[in-house]
Amino acid sequence: MKRWVPAFAGMTMILCSPVLADSNLPPSYWSNRQLPDARQEAQAQALMEQIRCLVCQGQSIADSDAELAGDMRDLVRRRIAAGEKPSAIRAWLIDRYGSWISYKPTAEPAAWPLWLAPIALLLAGAWLIRRRIRLKGR
Amino acid sequence: MIAETGLAALWLAAGLAALQFLLMILALRSGAEVARAMRSIALVQGVLTLVAFVMLLVVFARSDMSVALVFENSSVVKPFIYKVAGAWGNHEGSMLMWVTILAVAGAFLAVLAHRTGERTLLAALGAQALLALGFYAFLLFASNPFARLWPPPPDGQGLNPLLQDPGLAFHPPTLYLGYVGLSVAFSLAVGALLTGEVDSRLGRAMRPWVLGAWLLLTLGITAGSYWAYYELGWGGYWFWDPVENASLMPWLAATALLHSINVLAARGALKAWTMMLAVIAFSMSMVGTFLVRSGILTSVHAFAIDPERGTFLLALLAIYVGAAFVLFAVRGANLKEGAPFELVSRESGLVINNLFLTVILGVVFVGTLYPLFAEAVSGEKMSVGTPYFNAVAGPLALLLAALVGVGPLLAWRRERRPVLKKLTVPALLGATALAITIILAPQIHILPRLGFAVAAYLAAASILPLIGRNPLRAPLATWGMVVAHFGIAVALTGMAANSAFTTERLAIANPGDVLSVGPWQVQLESVTPAAGKNWTAIQAQLRATRGSGIVTLAPQMRYFSDPPMETNESAIASFWNGQLYTVVGRQDVSGAWQLRLWWKPFVTLIWAGGGLIALGGALALFGRIWMLFRRRSRAAEWRTERYA
Repeated sequence: MKRWVPAFAGMTMILCSPVLADSNLPPSYWSNRQLPDARQEAQAQALMEQIRCLVCQGQSIADSDAELAGDMRDLVRRRIAAGEKPSAIRAWLIDRYGSWISYKPTAEPAAWPLWLAPIALLLAGAWLIRRRIRLKGR
Repeated sequence: MIAETGLAALWLAAGLAALQFLLMILALRSGAEVARAMRSIALVQGVLTLVAFVMLLVVFARSDMSVALVFENSSVVKPFIYKVAGAWGNHEGSMLMWVTILAVAGAFLAVLAHRTGERTLLAALGAQALLALGFYAFLLFASNPFARLWPPPPDGQGLNPLLQDPGLAFHPPTLYLGYVGLSVAFSLAVGALLTGEVDSRLGRAMRPWVLGAWLLLTLGITAGSYWAYYELGWGGYWFWDPVENASLMPWLAATALLHSINVLAARGALKAWTMMLAVIAFSMSMVGTFLVRSGILTSVHAFAIDPERGTFLLALLAIYVGAAFVLFAVRGANLKEGAPFELVSRESGLVINNLFLTVILGVVFVGTLYPLFAEAVSGEKMSVGTPYFNAVAGPLALLLAALVGVGPLLAWRRERRPVLKKLTVPALLGATALAITIILAPQIHILPRLGFAVAAYLAAASILPLIGRNPLRAPLATWGMVVAHFGIAVALTGMAANSAFTTERLAIANPGDVLSVGPWQVQLESVTPAAGKNWTAIQAQLRATRGSGIVTLAPQMRYFSDPPMETNESAIASFWNGQLYTVVGRQDVSGAWQLRLWWKPFVTLIWAGGGLIALGGALALFGRIWMLFRRRSRAAEWRTERYA
């Protein structure tokens, strides 16, 4: 329920509102608390910013009010505290929920065009310009 | 009757647009004398859509629930300003605003433009009419804002609480003016391609439109970013969300156009490329409209559920963009390239600027649309978000910002002076900033670190065009450029500082508890209920201090009933060196409260920089228009002397 605010008021309304979407269960312990170890918390935070909230429209779990996002924050913090590597947690999540859950495109062939596009664009542009400025140089 | 008046005005305007287009064809084929008729028609068409739009505002202001749109998006108990602004806080209303701006821009083009050749202007008016015609059809056949409901229900379903904010009153109109203002550049380019009159005169005629649209886009994006920042309650200011990207893409194209048009206006060069950019810029506005309005963003499947509107918009997009590109392919190749330039020259500087901006545009375009494409092809859903865009567009933008310091120092055609020597002081400043961040903040990431360095260098380099001359005698347009480029340095500093030095504190607190965040000690004093016209809330009282002086903050969590929704109303305290951002959340089972606190050093510079960039645009626009009037009155004097 967030990103459309800056660009177009009034588009689709997929509500992430706790009133509508959530149960009455209390939030998990680490949903809204930070890990005592600052380094671990920073790791968890960085990972949470890459993980998509599955019931929201375009929010990461790091900045969503939805209960599911809270539970996933809890999961991430617990695993980080248990000494798991962020990359392993991310892989575990992708394994369960698909690559939809990761804002960072995976290394699968389906995502290659994303990384190739900028390089191709830059080369094509540079080639066009080179041709043009040479012409002018003569 | 009010709604019917609006609808009738729309139908009439659509009829006039069709007539305007037919007259254009007549004029271009047989040279018929229709200039005055076309101008009047364009004017009346603009007035009619304005009437329709005002009628929509009236039914919203009067909470006329017999109009379906009002019923769906408004309620009787709501502050008056949100009743009116709610008129464009929905699909039909915002499309009507879009079309109104399109037609009014056409009317202004008809009345104001005297600087292009007559034939080009007529062709442009015809193109504008054709654009408007498609969108009238979209409104009348697929998105009628004036449809009635019988019997009228006693109360409406309410407006999304997130939109019940002063931001709604200003942000969408500003942004739309920017988007649709680009339609004039599009139409002028199409007109000039049709008549073959692509020259520096066209560049000078197009420039104020591009400047105006660009500055409104800049303002709209900056304001939207701040709105999202304080309204959403998690301290983020940009999310690389598809809808944000939909506004960024026209801005990037318009920024590129703004620079290349100077080459066309001053030197008569880069003709084909500038026409191409003018077409791309408005195409991006239409792509953005399609993305947001079709529902395709949620999923390609959502699009398939209600395909009417999406297909309609996609067809319009394909027709207009396709036709413009075909026209460009046929006519663009015949354009003679203008005055030549060498490798080191102002022209090449602007070409390189355009290269970077279009590559960034391409990255945003691909990143936004590729997931849709991949899902349509393979059924596999993937996400592209902040990690991708920051990693790819970030370095490109930094490189571009570094080059911004060089370009304005170069002379037109060829540069023989040792320009790099002038950059010694800025380069030293940049290096110093880099060294300081390495010594004082060794742990920060590479992008913000480079951001600080580039910002320090650019802040100094951007004012160089005013050094070595009397700054008061420099043209306003030069001042505009300097202010805008300096604004980039300011915004960059804010982004780097926010990314490198933000501290976050999330906690569950009882009244009396003290939490520390950055240099601040924040005490939760109490949590009390509060109420407004159409919401109730819990409100936290916070006392914050960092040694001396006490600041009180009162973040709220609001409950709206129609529609039922909770929103976080953050409380923000601003200081010269940053903002303390506080949010209160729900109560824990133990009775304690969720608190979210952030200390964000220098974050305000992000929007201050955006404001400076827009101010630069305003200065340049004012300067150009002033010069135009002076030239015109001089020409008039000359005529009176000569023929007296």
